[in-house]
Amino acid sequence: MSIAAATPEFQFPHRHLLGIEGLTPAEITGLLDLADEAAGLSLQSSRKSDILRGRTQINLFFEDSTRTQSSFELAGKRLGANVMNMSVKSSSMSKGETVIDTAMTLNAMHPDILVVRHYAAGAVELLSQKVDCSVINAGDGAHEHPTQALLDALTIRRNKARIAGLTIAICGDVLHSRVARSDIIIFNALGARVRVVAPSTLLPPNAERLGAEVHNSMADGLKDADIVMMLRLQRERMTGSFVPSIREYFHFFGLDDDKLSVAKPDALVMHPGPMNRGVEIDSAIADDPRSVISEQVEMGVAVRMAVLEALASGLPSQ
Amino acid sequence: MAKKKNKTNGAEAEAPVALINARLIDPASGLDEPGGLLVDDGVIADLGAHLRRNAPDGAQVVDCGGNVLCPGLIDMIVFAGEPGFEHRETLATASRAAAAGGVTTIICMPDTDPVIDDAALVDYIERRARDTAVVHVHPMAAVTKGLKGEEMTEIGLLKEAGAVAFTNGKSSISNARVMRRVLTYTRDFGAVVVHNTEDPDLADAGVMHEGEISSRLGLPGIPCSAESIMVERDLRLVDLTGGRYHAAQISCGTSIEAIARAKARGLPVTCGISINHLTLNENDIGSYRTFFKLRPPLRPESDRVAGVKGLAAGDIDVIVSGHDPMDADAKRRPFAEAEDGAVGLETLLPAALSLYHNGHIELPALLRAMTTNPADILGLPGGRLEKGAIADLILVDLDLPWIVDPDLLRSKSKNTPFDESKLQGRVLRTMVAGQTVYNYAGAS
Repeated sequence: MSIAAATPEFQFPHRHLLGIEGLTPAEITGLLDLADEAAGLSLQSSRKSDILRGRTQINLFFEDSTRTQSSFELAGKRLGANVMNMSVKSSSMSKGETVIDTAMTLNAMHPDILVVRHYAAGAVELLSQKVDCSVINAGDGAHEHPTQALLDALTIRRNKARIAGLTIAICGDVLHSRVARSDIIIFNALGARVRVVAPSTLLPPNAERLGAEVHNSMADGLKDADIVMMLRLQRERMTGSFVPSIREYFHFFGLDDDKLSVAKPDALVMHPGPMNRGVEIDSAIADDPRSVISEQVEMGVAVRMAVLEALASGLPSQ
Repeated sequence: MAKKKNKTNGAEAEAPVALINARLIDPASGLDEPGGLLVDDGVIADLGAHLRRNAPDGAQVVDCGGNVLCPGLIDMIVFAGEPGFEHRETLATASRAAAAGGVTTIICMPDTDPVIDDAALVDYIERRARDTAVVHVHPMAAVTKGLKGEEMTEIGLLKEAGAVAFTNGKSSISNARVMRRVLTYTRDFGAVVVHNTEDPDLADAGVMHEGEISSRLGLPGIPCSAESIMVERDLRLVDLTGGRYHAAQISCGTSIEAIARAKARGLPVTCGISINHLTLNENDIGSYRTFFKLRPPLRPESDRVAGVKGLAAGDIDVIVSGHDPMDADAKRRPFAEAEDGAVGLETLLPAALSLYHNGHIELPALLRAMTTNPADILGLPGGRLEKGAIADLILVDLDLPWIVDPDLLRSKSKNTPFDESKLQGRVLRTMVAGQTVYNYAGAS
């Protein structure tokens, strides 16, 4: 059976999911509807569907990931796929094998779906041009992370019943964040008002051209926000290169009760994980009732099931 | 007028002070007219022609004898020696030299030991100044850790602690990526970056201006390009980042041209020059006179003239003393081995007045570069005569001739390049927040 029995009219017209960029609002909404149903399935006792039975899904990760990889693995298995995980460490790359070499090798194994994460922006798209199967981008460099954006949108929609008209503040290391880029695109597509809040050293040049209001202080950026999305700051960026220190960063940009108080009283706090407690987010806020961080993880599986199903409908029949 | 209680400590407040029969000069508005000024409770309560002859009842009257009454000077570049170099200068001795020179606010540089790159050290300077100094003292904090030019300091926390600006002190940030980040990050906090502009690779081991004289003396030189390349690079980075930038002490005509062009394009840049570079040139070094060994080095006469013209044209915003005390041992060495630097707090104004006496610049414009402009750049009160402004004031006899005797300087170190110079003009009285902190002994 299909998890999409309730929405038979939805047909995803793309072979790959490489980014949120290029998706229409209707396609995004279709995926979210599908994911909503998948979330229901996940709660049922028989949690399995056979929609991907006999299909082969390879998770190809050129960069370490715990939650995204396990989330894709679980999603594939719940849909009945044969799932194989491949972690390509620097070892094989240092032997001189390129992304395209790896793609050709895998293509010869005839997978149906490739889930790919790569540390270089654009690498997943490059790989998709060389294989015959469907490709899902599980994060490429600082470019896009479309399933994260979908799960963020789903989490918001389930809590707020809408996305259009909401004010969403994305705070922290926007410069290096693929999540931020995909989120900015998806929230704009769905009619939200998007802000980015960070020191200028952690913002991409011309950030306002990406479709976000730019703020350099939390007091301005969080004012009357419905959603406060915190981003992770990598440790090596905290010691004088992009920001001077952890304590200065937390003082000015770490989310605590005081800074959150200017947001709407029913504001939701989100974080794509993994969190640095005491760096970008106060521990008490991470565990606050306003935090929907663990719901994001739960929606991650549902969204990935929805994306797998949507792409499966376009696969050649077996 | 009845005595009233002081707002802060409950002690008997002093009577208002009426400074009458003065030539009022407000560099901010360009006002230059006979009048008087009333100081009450540390601020300027009133001023104008109506107070020229008549003091309000109960006020303590000071007859200015027709001398100039203007805002106290703000000296943006002072190396005070504390902490770490107290044998050269302390905040106490520097502040007394400042008071005698008409400087009511000194900005001390972070080239100390330890370097002022932590909020606790900003607190320390402020506490020491409160306890020992007779003029206002504000620290300029290091913009990179240890002034190494590599990692940013806690600029936001330092600013909250009271740092008025950020600098890499006597060294330049040679890494353009670091400078870019610094300008970008400080911009968010509305802070100004005050940069020493000398390319360290090009300056190399140079000890004076590179030219005919350095060749004759057999000393390694520092070309003007070492400065102008750094200025031009910084201006490109300002263009890229929008950061607020101030070139600390420029010395070359080519650098002034670059700054003037950047200002014409609307970039948020300003610059300063030391009084030494406006009044002295490389010829003064003569036969290896180390009191003229400065950084940036004294330049040829043509660059000095360009500096004076740039000041008069408004291309140069600020005159600083660059006060840098060095003990005798540090200067009594072969030229190349002697330390750079000169004291200057007490001679800043008299030496600057030579530019006025020689007809190179109008008095309000000259004073503006030592009062209103630094106040505006650093966001400090003062630097102007207006009702409600802090009563940091100086009374100046423009013409009084005197000869600089290093032994009479209040600074702990005596390394003045104006040793035995005949100067014209002298501060008669210095007031800080309405309190007289200096009175010229020779005045009535």
